[in-house]
Amino acid sequence: MTSPTVSVSEIEAAALRDLAAIQTPEQVESWRLLYMGRKGRLTTVLRSLQALPIDERRRLGAHANAAKDRVQAAYKEASSRLADSIVARVIEDEQFDVTLPGPPLPRGRLHPITQMLREVVGVFSSMGFQVAEGPEIEWDYYNFEALRIPADHPARDMWDTLWIDYERDGRRQMLLRTHTSPNQIRIMETSQPPVRVVVPGKCYRFEATDPTHEWMMTQVEGLAVDDGISLADLKGTLAAFARRIFGQDRQVAFRCDYFPFVEPGMELRIDCFLCRGEGCRTCGRSGWIEILGAGMVHPEIISNAGYDPDRYTGFAFGMGIERIAMLRHGIDDIRHFYANDLRFLRQF
Amino acid sequence: MRIPLRWLSEYVDLTVPIDELASRLTIAGVEVGEVISTGGDWDGVTVAQVVDVSPHPNADRLVLATIDRGNGENQTVVCGAPNVATGQKIAFAPEGTLLKDGHTGKPAVLKRALIRGVESAGMICSEKELGISEEHDGILVLPPETPIGLPLASVLGETIFDLDITPNRPDLLSVLGVAREVAAVTSSRARDPSIEYEQAGKPIKGRARIEIRDPTLCPRYVAALVENVTIAESPAWMQESLVAAGMRPINNVVDITNYVMLEMGQPLHAFDFAKLRGGQIIVRRAKPDETLTLIDGSERQLTEEMLVIADAESPIAVAGVMGGADSEVGRETSTILLESANFNGPSIRRTRHALKVETDASRRFEKGLSSGLPPIAAQRAAKLLVEICGGRAAEGLIDVSPRKAKEGRITLTQERLQRVLGIDLPAAQVRQVLSSLGFGCRWVPPDRFVVRVPHWRTDIAIPDDVIEEVARILGYDEFPTTQLRGEIPASQPQPRYKLRERVRDALAASGMQEIITYSLTDLETLRTVLPVENLTATPPLHIANPMSRDHEYARTTLRASLLKTLAVNSHGATDRVALFEVGRIYLPRSDDLPEEIEMACGVISGDSVDRWGRTVDAAPRFYEAKAHVEHALTDLRLAAFYETSVDAAYLPGRTAAINVDDRRVGTVGQVHPKVAAAFRLDDDVAMFELDLDALFPLVPEISHYRPAPVYPSLEQDLAIIVDVTVPAGLVLGLIRESNLVRSASIFDIYTGDQVSKGKKSLAVSISFQSEKKTLEDRDVAKERTRIVERLRREIGAELRS
Repeated sequence: MTSPTVSVSEIEAAALRDLAAIQTPEQVESWRLLYMGRKGRLTTVLRSLQALPIDERRRLGAHANAAKDRVQAAYKEASSRLADSIVARVIEDEQFDVTLPGPPLPRGRLHPITQMLREVVGVFSSMGFQVAEGPEIEWDYYNFEALRIPADHPARDMWDTLWIDYERDGRRQMLLRTHTSPNQIRIMETSQPPVRVVVPGKCYRFEATDPTHEWMMTQVEGLAVDDGISLADLKGTLAAFARRIFGQDRQVAFRCDYFPFVEPGMELRIDCFLCRGEGCRTCGRSGWIEILGAGMVHPEIISNAGYDPDRYTGFAFGMGIERIAMLRHGIDDIRHFYANDLRFLRQF
Repeated sequence: MRIPLRWLSEYVDLTVPIDELASRLTIAGVEVGEVISTGGDWDGVTVAQVVDVSPHPNADRLVLATIDRGNGENQTVVCGAPNVATGQKIAFAPEGTLLKDGHTGKPAVLKRALIRGVESAGMICSEKELGISEEHDGILVLPPETPIGLPLASVLGETIFDLDITPNRPDLLSVLGVAREVAAVTSSRARDPSIEYEQAGKPIKGRARIEIRDPTLCPRYVAALVENVTIAESPAWMQESLVAAGMRPINNVVDITNYVMLEMGQPLHAFDFAKLRGGQIIVRRAKPDETLTLIDGSERQLTEEMLVIADAESPIAVAGVMGGADSEVGRETSTILLESANFNGPSIRRTRHALKVETDASRRFEKGLSSGLPPIAAQRAAKLLVEICGGRAAEGLIDVSPRKAKEGRITLTQERLQRVLGIDLPAAQVRQVLSSLGFGCRWVPPDRFVVRVPHWRTDIAIPDDVIEEVARILGYDEFPTTQLRGEIPASQPQPRYKLRERVRDALAASGMQEIITYSLTDLETLRTVLPVENLTATPPLHIANPMSRDHEYARTTLRASLLKTLAVNSHGATDRVALFEVGRIYLPRSDDLPEEIEMACGVISGDSVDRWGRTVDAAPRFYEAKAHVEHALTDLRLAAFYETSVDAAYLPGRTAAINVDDRRVGTVGQVHPKVAAAFRLDDDVAMFELDLDALFPLVPEISHYRPAPVYPSLEQDLAIIVDVTVPAGLVLGLIRESNLVRSASIFDIYTGDQVSKGKKSLAVSISFQSEKKTLEDRDVAKERTRIVERLRREIGAELRS
């Protein structure tokens, strides 16, 4: 058996000699495996020292470790030299044209109504409102009667209705819901105060389409009922909502409006963010933009739900998501949403 | 409702600028949809009086005019008009007003100016500057009785508020009603028009008879009689008012009934008394076979549902909707029986729906008018008939009111006011607002108001209605703003809508574009994508009053919507389009609302391209569609298995049922070429459908942590030969059942010369790993033998040599 001392020196010399000739990163790696890998030549020799008697091990060890350090240093130096040479070569003649495209990755997006709806629902979620849902095809009872809009009530004209071809007791009773408000009744029927929900969903109207009218719409209904909820809470909640969607510096104003299921009833307006209240085409030169309808839940509805109307009060609101998305994105025609032209959809 | 401001100003002083008034009314719930100006844009121009004229120190042809604007401060301006004189009522424009330049005729904002060394802020206007005429030689001089301080628009020209009146306020379908609102928002008082008139004729009682046979549908009927009227044109002022309010003048009698309706909100009808058989009015339901020719010339079949006004023999008018042609007032009419009645709102609404006639009368009656109104309106109209048509009024009225309306009284507590509005209001303020609206309001210590509701406010029934009155007049913006306090209701652990949104996210993330399409479709389209049996078993719900043939049925599948949208977006090009929709389908149930099922549907067509836009040879689209399904299911932490399936819309042999936990949750496949052709799509379109309502109960609520394996894995390949009919999924399933197999996947499939006919070679890459120890080669060899043996036994697989 050759002396480990001699072997170490020989291996060191061979390693350094080989290293000096190396040109590529691949060669460096096979060199590393050959000499310094787990079964490499240098590693093996160094490991064989462990078999020697303690005196000899001590004498040869220092020499061997020094040799190992030198080889390692040379390895580091060679790696670095090689990296420099790669950089030099790339700069010299292997540069990429960074303006060329990468391979196309499949691209998908959510419909703008989905995006807007999520944002709106998200704002209310952060205020403790939970999401509930209800049927799109509804009974006249929930859509109208329970909301204090009996048959032959003049307020029915506020909601032109698509009816299902189905009669009970000689009367059409099933319809495509004209608003998400039936869910106020449905929710109160099945829960006890405190109530705090938002109900997103599609609604339908018997309506000819034009740039601002569409027969299918997406609405979000809100309802909060508890002991001690007042008009002040309604105002605060909706003002916070409007500012989070349309900007913290928005002016928010309320005006009286009529919905049979609320009392008092109101409409929320924000100052026009295009003209800042000066008056322009978007706001119909009024300086104000109508955002949603709202009001305090009518005490008769509270009482019909089996809640004590002297103790419990609440507020409700409803808004059209298309309108909010149109304002947000400057979309001039509501019919774009459900025409589903990719040239439109891909912009959101 | 068009409200001409000049007419309005007869009942209330207009003391604030027009825009401000429009804004205050709108805030109070009387929405001014549009301010129509027929005279010109005179915002800011008011009536003023010249109180002094003195010479200009530096110019002979100019004078200094001092004017009184009615605001307590006199102002001096430079004026060059030759006709200016002390005492004149004139139109004054302050600086900042937009006027027409007197010379160029172009609009210009009036600025403060130094005229020959004297500063002048404002101007006395000429007609040209106001845009009334080309007259610019002198200033416009108004009649001496014109009140100082009024907006010019209210005395000259016509400014009209076009109001959007909500259906709860029929009282606002009148100039007087709007005047009361104006009074309330400007802290002033409205003036009722005069109803006193000379009653020179014999008493009406005994000459005409009124009988109400259905007091529910007609709670009150008031009649007045005016003789010797001369039918002619109505006076110019009345015609102008009617035209400004949007009505066409007819003759003096008809114009008076319309004028009073517009003024007070009570529809009236004038009958030619000579044509009333028996001199009698009977208010009753129509008999089944009765017909009536209306004023518009159409003959109508009446039904027992309809209330009519009849004479002794037959109907002469459809109550509250339209009069009959026979009793109409004409040239030869000399005695008028004037009807001023109250009818049941819902009944009028049903009748006008059935007859398909909507009139100014029916629009008001159907909203429920005040039963206190008929005698007042009858007297007002009688007065005008006497004064304008030269008539002689019979003494008194006939007033049949079987149902006396009770005076509305409401008790409102401070506690309720505070609870609803969130603020304590001083009693005096509440009283002030309510009395400005014509309510009576008495404070009853220690804690409540007793409110008397004026007869015209048919919309006020409960304390909260009164609260709204207070709030809307003070303005909602004046009330405090707070955030919700109190307990937040408990939430559900994994709501469906959240899972649904995750599906949307996953499909979009995998490269599909979301669309949202109409829920209604037509039968033809449904037939294209659904087999006949399906449509028979679950016939789609039909819309009774569809807007178009295209949207007549509630969809029972999303397929057609997606394929249609795909066709629209393909434009004949071969670019890759991948669309999905998440939406509901509506499956009918007998005598109940339909079952609404949430579905996800996706379609893929066109080619993938590389970075040079060249078509790349990707997997068949069926497998692309499947990849999207897998992506979404994996996101929900669900594993699916697929088996060959058949469905009419899909190509047989390239269609799979998607199953999770032994439940069928959807379908994926290549669209049947005939279906594709029906939508003008090319042959290779892939589609998938997922029933989300079936899927969601299977989604695990929580995923439980398992540590990553610490022992190394060993990879081995396995090539076996099986019948071509054996699905690869089955082979992989068997291999994966081994405890030592971490994963297995196919990396090659071969059929051809190297294997016998009817066979295929499957190359499988298997990763072996144990959770207990480092596997040795011999452990793997043993397990591999066991797997091969099992494959041989169960599916007749041979090891490929």
